[in-house]
Amino acid sequence: MIDLDLGMNEHLSPPLKWDDNRKYDPGKVYDAEDLENMAQFGRYLDSDGDGITYRTIPGTHPTKGSFFTRGTSRDEYARYTEDGAVYVRNMNRLLKKWDTAKEIIPQPELYQDGNQHKEGIIFFGTTTYSALEALDLLKEEGIEMDAMRLLSFPFSKKVEDFVNGHERIYVIEQNRDAQMRSLLINELEVDPKKMIRILNFDGMPITAAYISEQIKEKMVVDKVE
Amino acid sequence: MRLMLPQRHRLSRCCGLNLLNLNLLNRLNFNFSTHHHMTYVKPSFRHPELPKNDLGFTKKDYEGAISTLCGGCGHDSISGAITQACFEMAIAPHRLAKLSGIGCSSKTPTYFLGNSHGFNSVHGRMPSVATGANLANRDLIYLGVSGDGDTASIGMGQFVHAVRRNLNVVYIVMNNGCYGLTKGQDSATADVGSVSKNGINSFNAIDLPALALELGATFVARSFSGDRTQLIPLIKAAVSHHGFALIDVISPCVTFNNNTGSTKSYDYVREHITTADVVDYVPPGEEITMEYAEGSSAELTLHDGSMLQLHKLAPNWDPRDKLAAMQRIYLSRVKQEILTGLLYIDPDTQDLHDILNTVDKPLNELREEDLCPGSGALEEINQSLR
Repeated sequence: MIDLDLGMNEHLSPPLKWDDNRKYDPGKVYDAEDLENMAQFGRYLDSDGDGITYRTIPGTHPTKGSFFTRGTSRDEYARYTEDGAVYVRNMNRLLKKWDTAKEIIPQPELYQDGNQHKEGIIFFGTTTYSALEALDLLKEEGIEMDAMRLLSFPFSKKVEDFVNGHERIYVIEQNRDAQMRSLLINELEVDPKKMIRILNFDGMPITAAYISEQIKEKMVVDKVE
Repeated sequence: MRLMLPQRHRLSRCCGLNLLNLNLLNRLNFNFSTHHHMTYVKPSFRHPELPKNDLGFTKKDYEGAISTLCGGCGHDSISGAITQACFEMAIAPHRLAKLSGIGCSSKTPTYFLGNSHGFNSVHGRMPSVATGANLANRDLIYLGVSGDGDTASIGMGQFVHAVRRNLNVVYIVMNNGCYGLTKGQDSATADVGSVSKNGINSFNAIDLPALALELGATFVARSFSGDRTQLIPLIKAAVSHHGFALIDVISPCVTFNNNTGSTKSYDYVREHITTADVVDYVPPGEEITMEYAEGSSAELTLHDGSMLQLHKLAPNWDPRDKLAAMQRIYLSRVKQEILTGLLYIDPDTQDLHDILNTVDKPLNELREEDLCPGSGALEEINQSLR
């Protein structure tokens, strides 16, 4: 049903814009000159400590640029190996890359300056506009809370600060198992009890009214307890 | 020769790991050697006066690591033929990308063209990776290696679309009719009634050349790993062909499918093989020197200027005649013959890039100035939608 909602309705977006100063970024790539000036190219060699290794474009250099892409049974120079120590080294390098990525990937969108309330809501994707409208509905009834839209995973420091800075967080998502909530709990090691599920999975698009009603219901339950 | 095993593997030898098990483990690629305990190292010494090709490379420059497949595996012969063909064609190693999926066949790119780009992809997904690579850079040579399981089962959906798009790739199937990496279960190319170590196969076989023809393949050949003389010129012709080139190479599995009753054993293939034609490959700029009796040979010019001279033709055989090729493949199947040679070729085809009308420059070399019309153009598009 959600697919039909997306596919069979017209949705308006703000006009697309292009920044003429923007340049294509192919990432960390060695060209022929770089390769010529080095002793040996290592496709999985962390040469500058961020866990992200340089690549080459196939066909760049006659003798120094080629490498063999395969699973993880290989060393820093993309050579096949089953040496356990090499494997551990590579896995730890990927962990470092994961950490580096946290601050490079799109950062969450916050809808207030700093943490202003004890409670917050977290949402993402197609839930966004319904969630923002739900915030307005709640505000009309005197209920105010902070809001954050997730844009990427792994979670950055900003996500961590938002979660740790609130006593209760309502995680709004459209699946039965509250999968984003689980990710947040696991990754940030927060108390599951403060992470409240707001779930919509009956196949219909999530609405602002549904979100605000669910939040109010969960608030009441909490007060009764 | 004493096997040097790292410490932790010696334990298993104490537990009764006999020579037979060692062979088995080796075949399954439990390579005992580690970086510090290399057991199987190819000697690097070569005679100083090894012949060189037009680029100044010796055959050694086209070899790979030592094979860990079973002794006598047909796949190693195919790897050798690929090495020889690329050496003789004087292909610059860094201008070739070898790609594969998963299986015994797909391990082989480690064993040839050690100075080329390699991509050992996911099971059955080599055609997608090859498609992406080819679209990014049309100037490289793409050599895909797959097996009968990798192509005819898990990768079938990928294979058929690479064929119908006429992707410019050499697609070699090392076809042994079984899953050699997982104890030899029948694959989808095993003939019905063929006996393997697992019993008798009850299902109809997929004939990859016939299927490729049906899907519009522009180069279809079948060969036998035991016939290098036939295979090497076919590989060269496939490299020179502009478009999808399938070579289905029957390659016996010595461990699981070389027994009596198997239709993919060395003995069976040798007894049932027939040849549609024999191909001489003449590189661009060289002249045809062989002469054959009139009516017994045909000459073809390929996209890159190389020539194919086909001889020992069967009567009324023209590999440019698709209908005849289909009929011939079908008849040979009925007669329980294994028909080999160049079965079909359309030398003047449009590959995926021609069909999509992409620019001559490799797409991965295009930059902002080639691709980005800027904010003004975007604003015009926005306006046109209002």
